[in-house]
Amino acid sequence: MSRVTRFAGRDPGPAARVAGFIGHLRANGLSLGVAETQLALEALTHVDAADHHEARRALKAVCSGCKDDAEQFDALFDSFWMDAGRVKQRQAPKAAKGSDAVHSNREVQGQDAASGAGSATAPDGGQGDADQDGEGKLVAVETRNLSRKDLRDLVRPEDVAQAEDVARRMGAALRDRRSRRRAASQKGSSLHFRRIIRQSLSTGGEPIRLIRRTRPDRTRNIVALCDVSGSMNVYAQVFLSFLGGLMRADPKSDAYLFHTRLVRITEALRDKDLMRGIGRMSLMADGFGGGSKIGGCLDQFSRSYAKTHVDGRTVVLILSDGFDTGPADQFASAVERIRKRGARIIWLNPLKGWRDYEPIAEGMAAALPHLDLFAAANTLGDLAALEPELVRL
Amino acid sequence: MSWIDLQKAMAAEAYIASDDLAVALHLAITLGRPILLEGAAGVGKTEVAKVLAATQSARLIRLQCYEGLDAAQAIYEWNYQRQLLSIRAAAEDGQTGREIEDRIFSEEFLLERPLLAAIRQPDPPVLLIDEIDRADEEFEAYLLEVLSDFQVTVPELGTIRATTKPIVVLTANGTRDLSDALRRRCLYTHIGYPSMEAELSILHARCPGVEARLARQIVGFVQALRGEELEKVPGVAEMLDFAAALMGLGIADLTSDPTLLHATLKTLLKTQEDQAGITHEVTARLAGRAA
Repeated sequence: MSRVTRFAGRDPGPAARVAGFIGHLRANGLSLGVAETQLALEALTHVDAADHHEARRALKAVCSGCKDDAEQFDALFDSFWMDAGRVKQRQAPKAAKGSDAVHSNREVQGQDAASGAGSATAPDGGQGDADQDGEGKLVAVETRNLSRKDLRDLVRPEDVAQAEDVARRMGAALRDRRSRRRAASQKGSSLHFRRIIRQSLSTGGEPIRLIRRTRPDRTRNIVALCDVSGSMNVYAQVFLSFLGGLMRADPKSDAYLFHTRLVRITEALRDKDLMRGIGRMSLMADGFGGGSKIGGCLDQFSRSYAKTHVDGRTVVLILSDGFDTGPADQFASAVERIRKRGARIIWLNPLKGWRDYEPIAEGMAAALPHLDLFAAANTLGDLAALEPELVRL
Repeated sequence: MSWIDLQKAMAAEAYIASDDLAVALHLAITLGRPILLEGAAGVGKTEVAKVLAATQSARLIRLQCYEGLDAAQAIYEWNYQRQLLSIRAAAEDGQTGREIEDRIFSEEFLLERPLLAAIRQPDPPVLLIDEIDRADEEFEAYLLEVLSDFQVTVPELGTIRATTKPIVVLTANGTRDLSDALRRRCLYTHIGYPSMEAELSILHARCPGVEARLARQIVGFVQALRGEELEKVPGVAEMLDFAAALMGLGIADLTSDPTLLHATLKTLLKTQEDQAGITHEVTARLAGRAA
């Protein structure tokens, strides 16, 4: 049974304690302002504040804003009010304070450890390195080095600037989804009565000029998932620059990295200081260049982030070679689930550019029927060349 | 009226509210703040507003959100036909443009939509804004003015202030992420699937005719089913349908007729994959465990 916190004698009173509690919540990533402190105090006057169960429920209703907050709240409440005055430090410090939108998913860490940190799972589709003919590189040797490598060495600001341009053009090419809302226009299908009446006043109530309403086109959002497992090392530079550019060009886009686990890097890449952002990303992306669990990561994505970030107005861009160490059916069902949210899925596979490439990797083959576009891309130039394809999508 | 009284009043209307929910609703009423309810489909979010209206003997005004909902359908609209007629009539009487304008943009020509209606009631109503996450982001912005200041601005007419503050209940089930601005203006409660005991009391409150033994079996079965890998997890509403179906078919024991039981699963499983996934064997196993 937990004890109630005993505050020091010089404590200035309940209002200050509640303010301290709000500060404690804020430090733990809940976004609360001064208005919430006031509201919390007011709320406590309407319940029996001496009963800690009631106080907890009242503060929970006021201070939490979403499901995650609500789940976290009880532990935070206990650490402040119920822990004999010791304010518990959170075991998992955030990568950057105040950026509560950066969720690094701790839940999959178990899997990560199981795969053996840094073990070079060279995803070679069971074909073996012996088949290599010297043309293409399936680098598996460098992996251990790279897992400790700073991503800042990989991405250069010039590349990002160039990628930004490519990303902007891609975004423009995808811009064809009709809105269901209407706006006034010269030509359109239905009449805009409000404007017509207003204008008819100047012609004695005679509606001479008819103004119409149309459905404007609204932009599609791009959600990019980039594979940074060992087999993708050689392409990482291009793709990371592209993601950096995309995040800068389009404020509604969203980016993730995955290898054996999935990491959201949107906020890091939007950092005003590009290099600092990439530095932040390197912190989050430990395990970079290791094995790949595409199926598992996509599955996790389809069950978590996709629910809020993927809808009928989204294009999901997957940058991966499709070499997966997990079961193929999990892979395919994850892609299918994302597809069911109404999104278009584009898979850019760097290997597809190779002569005689066949999607033999089991998972890749299983996912193929659910893709809207399966294309090759190794360089920024290739990405830019996709534009006409995207217009047709 | 304390939150416990509210909880009891809601129970009298056959709604079993958790302590968290009851406190949050009590605060929403006393502080005059909107409350945002989130949770999976079928856990009784919409029902909260209906029951709340019944306990407060207030009118329920409902705004169902959908993609493309705009101010004309949610807040107000001018009555264009009347305006047109009025302009023609006025022109024949030789009125000036200024007079006509004042006349046709007066309250007489304003059509109330749910949000405007809600702030102009003589007694505070319960305003249910259902599935807010289906509406577009632009609509959320309209809503902010109504929810924070309880006022509506009509460009031609000026600002209309609330005569009474409605009790606002918003529901969402995660179709998209709501803006922080909206979340900050609301109290928040997440409604999860009820515990075994809570669900039993819900079943007793809604279907008083069901026998205690069968009730335990039904709730146990549905709770076990929620643990299975399903696309659409059955909610409380589905559980009540299931109970009604069993009672209609005169089943007194879940294990007595496995084929018939499997047939009634149509009330719980709402996608083809789920129906294919829960085979006769799984049904029998779950029923055996619940019995």
